[in-house]
Amino acid sequence: MLTSRASRIALYVYGVLTIVFLYLPLLSVGFASISKARYLSFPIRRYATQWYGKALESHTVHDLLTTSLTIAGIVTIVSMVVGFFAALAFARYQWRFRSLFQKIILLPIFFPQAVLGLALLMWFNSIGVIPTWKTAVVAHLVWISPIATLVIAIRAYSFDPALEEAARDMGASTWMVMREVTGPLLMPGVVSAGLFAFLLSWGNFPLSLFTTGADSTLPEWLYAKMVSGYSPLVPTVGILSIATSLALLIIAFAIPWLIRTLRERRMQTS
Amino acid sequence: MERSDRKIGLLSALPITLILLLSFAAPLLVVGVFSIMPQKVFTLTHVPDFSAYGVFLNQGYYRSLLWSLGLALAATLLLFLICWPLAFAMAKVFNRFTLVITIAVVITLFVSENIRLFGWVLTLMKGGLIEGHLRAWTGLTFDGALYNVPIIIFGLVYVYFPFMLFPLVQGISMVPEDARQAAADLGATRWQVFWEIDLPLSAPGIVVGSLLCFVLAAGALAESKLLGGQAVIVIADEVETAFTYGQNWPLGSALSIVLILIIGSLAVFGISRVDLDSIMGRKR
Repeated sequence: MLTSRASRIALYVYGVLTIVFLYLPLLSVGFASISKARYLSFPIRRYATQWYGKALESHTVHDLLTTSLTIAGIVTIVSMVVGFFAALAFARYQWRFRSLFQKIILLPIFFPQAVLGLALLMWFNSIGVIPTWKTAVVAHLVWISPIATLVIAIRAYSFDPALEEAARDMGASTWMVMREVTGPLLMPGVVSAGLFAFLLSWGNFPLSLFTTGADSTLPEWLYAKMVSGYSPLVPTVGILSIATSLALLIIAFAIPWLIRTLRERRMQTS
Repeated sequence: MERSDRKIGLLSALPITLILLLSFAAPLLVVGVFSIMPQKVFTLTHVPDFSAYGVFLNQGYYRSLLWSLGLALAATLLLFLICWPLAFAMAKVFNRFTLVITIAVVITLFVSENIRLFGWVLTLMKGGLIEGHLRAWTGLTFDGALYNVPIIIFGLVYVYFPFMLFPLVQGISMVPEDARQAAADLGATRWQVFWEIDLPLSAPGIVVGSLLCFVLAAGALAESKLLGGQAVIVIADEVETAFTYGQNWPLGSALSIVLILIIGSLAVFGISRVDLDSIMGRKR
């Protein structure tokens, strides 16, 4: 069914407006981060980068960065491994409890995160574990490993099981099939799941809120400052956190592109 | 072949099942047990008396619950209306622009939700991006748009936008173009095509999207706190207060359990009606 020219244009305009709507608040944060004044008020009269200098020197910000990075790093690695196997159980193998398993995996995603954080706090308390950044890793995993599973499962759905069967018919053991066929085929999905895991853990706030104990992550600290009153460091640290995510995304997209370009160039010269 | 498939399937499911058992099922059980303990205790070794549920009913906590559910319902309906045209365009009209929008929306998911909401505070407050510039350029002024009920709904719509958009796109792209074409050839109006073809055939996407948005919005905390000020106290806020300032774990647990039961039964009902293999693109 063809859509008329006028409605096509209207839909494109709608799409552009949506993007503006999504990014407008980030624009405000960006402007606020380079305002010179201690008390923010638009329109901004004098711009300065002094708050970035202050943020980068601050020991608090260093500690926050270290905690957030450590949590996100561990969550990424664990959810890539766990998600890889879970995705196979989700999409690839026909086994008895598969459809029940598929549904159970979704439950943590359909769960209010603040409540989950509190539930975990009580659980840790009743088994005598004192919350630190390590318990936050566990909290993040409950929510992020199912998401990683879904991301890899999309990839697992699209590959042909005949490839595995062929390898098995040729005499490969289960472990060899996993290592030589299944693993490499799912790798792109595993990498994007890792990217998702890192970024979601890096930006997560409701789960960290109750589970980090005395430690604090970047989003938690920002929230505390937002609720307790304005600090000129809030927009600056916010922008730094966003910049980190963006840098990671750009690197993730640039590496495959670089490899492809280099390979093509080598093909041309040889 | 069949037998090894079964064994490997079970084995592969094991690690994540363990994680969910130890850090999802067990904590929920603890919350459940705490909720029947007497008021203001911090251990589970007391005689249960269910008094926390009495407090929930007597002291007006159900009002916060109704606010949460109402706000979530309003946000979900609005999200459906806002997202449908865009999702339709992404699935059926745009070509490369779909990718642009997808990437743009996914990137916002990776920015902490409190930074984005704080951005709206800076945008909408008195002396913020909009009011400040309006006053500087035209001399007109208004009091800023924060700290009321509609702005909380606005915040929910903003934060949960991707959770409605992507399932809808997925759902609409499952509608075969032939069916729409055939209906149009047989004389169906655009409205009839929408009502008789698009809506029922994309139902799995609609169910998943609406459910996700409703459930997440009903348990949301940051929107009402950052944008709404003290305009309304939502249930997640009450839960947090009971645990922190109130130091009343059984009450906090009872409030959580009520919320979990409502949300959980909706989620289980919704998830059980949807065929995941077909949504996630089994091509065989």
